[in-house]
Amino acid sequence: MNKTWLIFKREFLNRVQKKSFLIATILIPLIFPAILAVMVWVFMKQEEGAKAAVIEVYDESGKIDLEDDERYKFVKVSGDFEQVKKAFNETDHYGILRIPDIDLFNPEGIRIYTKENPSIRKMEEITGIVERRISDLKLLQSNIDRELLNSLKTNISISNVNVDESGTETESNTGILYILGFVLGMFIYMFVLIYGMQIMLGVIDEKTSKVVEVIISSVRPFQLMLGKILGIAAVGLTQFAIWIILISVLSSATLGVLGVSMPQQQAMEQVTKMQDPESQEEIKKQNNKVIEAIASFNKLPLFKIAFNFLFYFLGGYLLYGALFAAVGSAVDNQQEAQQFTFPIMLPFLISYFGLFVFILTDPHSTASFWFSIIPFTSPIAMVGRLGFDPPTWQLILSQVLLVAGFFFTTWIASRIYRIGILMHGSKVNYKVLAKWFMMKV
Amino acid sequence: MEALLARNVTKRYTNHIALNDVSVTIPQKTIYGLLGPNGAGKTTLIRIINQIINADAGEITIFGEPLSQKHIGTIGYLPEERGLYKKLKVGEQLTYFAELKGLDRKTALEKSKSWIRKFDLADWWNKKVEDLSKGMAQKVQFISTVMHEPKLIILDEPFSGFDPVNAQMITREILELKEKGSTIIFSTHRMETVEDLCDHIALINKSTKILEGSKKQVKDQFRSNTYIVEHRGVFNVRDDRFEITERKTLDENFYRSILKTNGDANPNQLIRDLTDVTEVHTFIEKLPTMNEIFIQLVKGETHE
Repeated sequence: MNKTWLIFKREFLNRVQKKSFLIATILIPLIFPAILAVMVWVFMKQEEGAKAAVIEVYDESGKIDLEDDERYKFVKVSGDFEQVKKAFNETDHYGILRIPDIDLFNPEGIRIYTKENPSIRKMEEITGIVERRISDLKLLQSNIDRELLNSLKTNISISNVNVDESGTETESNTGILYILGFVLGMFIYMFVLIYGMQIMLGVIDEKTSKVVEVIISSVRPFQLMLGKILGIAAVGLTQFAIWIILISVLSSATLGVLGVSMPQQQAMEQVTKMQDPESQEEIKKQNNKVIEAIASFNKLPLFKIAFNFLFYFLGGYLLYGALFAAVGSAVDNQQEAQQFTFPIMLPFLISYFGLFVFILTDPHSTASFWFSIIPFTSPIAMVGRLGFDPPTWQLILSQVLLVAGFFFTTWIASRIYRIGILMHGSKVNYKVLAKWFMMKV
Repeated sequence: MEALLARNVTKRYTNHIALNDVSVTIPQKTIYGLLGPNGAGKTTLIRIINQIINADAGEITIFGEPLSQKHIGTIGYLPEERGLYKKLKVGEQLTYFAELKGLDRKTALEKSKSWIRKFDLADWWNKKVEDLSKGMAQKVQFISTVMHEPKLIILDEPFSGFDPVNAQMITREILELKEKGSTIIFSTHRMETVEDLCDHIALINKSTKILEGSKKQVKDQFRSNTYIVEHRGVFNVRDDRFEITERKTLDENFYRSILKTNGDANPNQLIRDLTDVTEVHTFIEKLPTMNEIFIQLVKGETHE
């Protein structure tokens, strides 16, 4: 144990004292918001500077009158369609919308002709414009007038209230929970990937520099492996802790400068823009939404989430870290390692995609349950569900299995590791690994 | 009490036997040569002594006690496949290795510093290993092997890659360590170093020990009753007690002849016989070199 501690200390100090660690630790919290800010800025600029796309409407039905808006300008064209197409090619117009003589109750055959493949966003917007127009026309045909129509339109938002057995109500905000699950899951994914690789590279380095035989004449291979895995975990946690501190200091500082003034400014602008009482109501609603969101975030069992997150953060890392150590011990260089790292990472990758596809959208489904129970996928899947308050028995079962999984992978890894680190230049495949696993030392 | 005693050690792998019932006796305060061709099983035996791998059968005692984890600090091991952490500073590296051998941090630091001064590397204490020349790195490696003052030092091919100057320095150091009471196991297939340094040897070939003893015993065992004589004037063999196997002209009327007796004749008798027929300038017994013994035994085994 004493020697594991020595190795732990050495691994930790070596990495923490490196310049690259210092740079990464300080720069990444600065770079991420910076990249985000630049992207938002570019997007906004694009929106501002974008001219409305001109769309030629070739309306054979003569019924569809489309209104221009900020993003689209509709120009009526007629005549021979071939001529129209030819003329269109010489303009910088975005497309031709060809509306055949349609039956309003069965509008089929509407086409858009463009020079390039239209983006999903544009297609959706144009479809929406045409759809709204057609449905307006249908309503008018049914003798419903516009004013009545507007008064019929309703805007509501449903807020979610969870009721538990004792009848306590907790209000939650599904949007916030989605973002929370997404961010936490991504953190785990990145952490395991980055630091798992560090373990593997460290082992490969010891093997290629041939220092390993000197070391294992003083310590047992298992102590060396464990010391390394834990030492690198400590590096990761340290880095993570510094990031959290830096980000919270930075973001509260940024909020102090921008966050407070921005909504007010926006509100002022909006107020001056449209001074009818209806839109003021709208603003109030929006502000309420933000306040509600912040409030519901604060209502989350933050301490519980943080604790469980840390558990899966470490558990997932240890589970995969041991396997990465085994891979590092088996190969002579990084290229060789690739054939083994991919199958190891596969369940992890699947759970990462699962996070978006079904875990966050339906956190209590059967698939979400199994993903958050199986140790290889639970670190991401369960963390994605944490905000949605998974049943306690599932949490406990998942965590027990994760610990068991960690012992299991460590046991397998150590059996491969003790042989692998002494083998040089041998061609390694799964059969060889199995042989090493069975071998007695 | 022996420094190390291995009794009937056997190690099997799936497809071959690495060590087959090998016993060695290594007396204290000697330099013990563990010889054998590549793949004979030397490294396997050394790894078993270092507890890197376990024997399937047999037992090992070290200074009278059964070998166990607590003896890690008793042994200093320089493997054939050796290296250092390239990114680590020399001082940190030495201290770390000493700590792994069981020294506390303070002692480890003191020892590292005194050894590094002894090897003229004090200026490099804070330099990374990757900035060192190959020779300097080897010195650091050697220091890391002996700095915790192990009673048993195991050197696997210690001179491979050393330049002659460093090799000489290491040789001096090895002899000094022996003087101070350490026992040194020396694994090599370079016979000239065996000839110079070893007191005892064991020869392992094809997983089996085929020879063991002090250098003198071994050489006696392989005496071939051959003598080198330098003499003035030609002579011819008169009787069947000896024969001339080789004659070389060294100068005008000055020759070197190699004589082989039939085993009964003692050297004094031979000299008497020779002085009758020629003017003897030099007379020495031609003892087999370790190299010759090695080749003779290993080849003999191979040709079986």
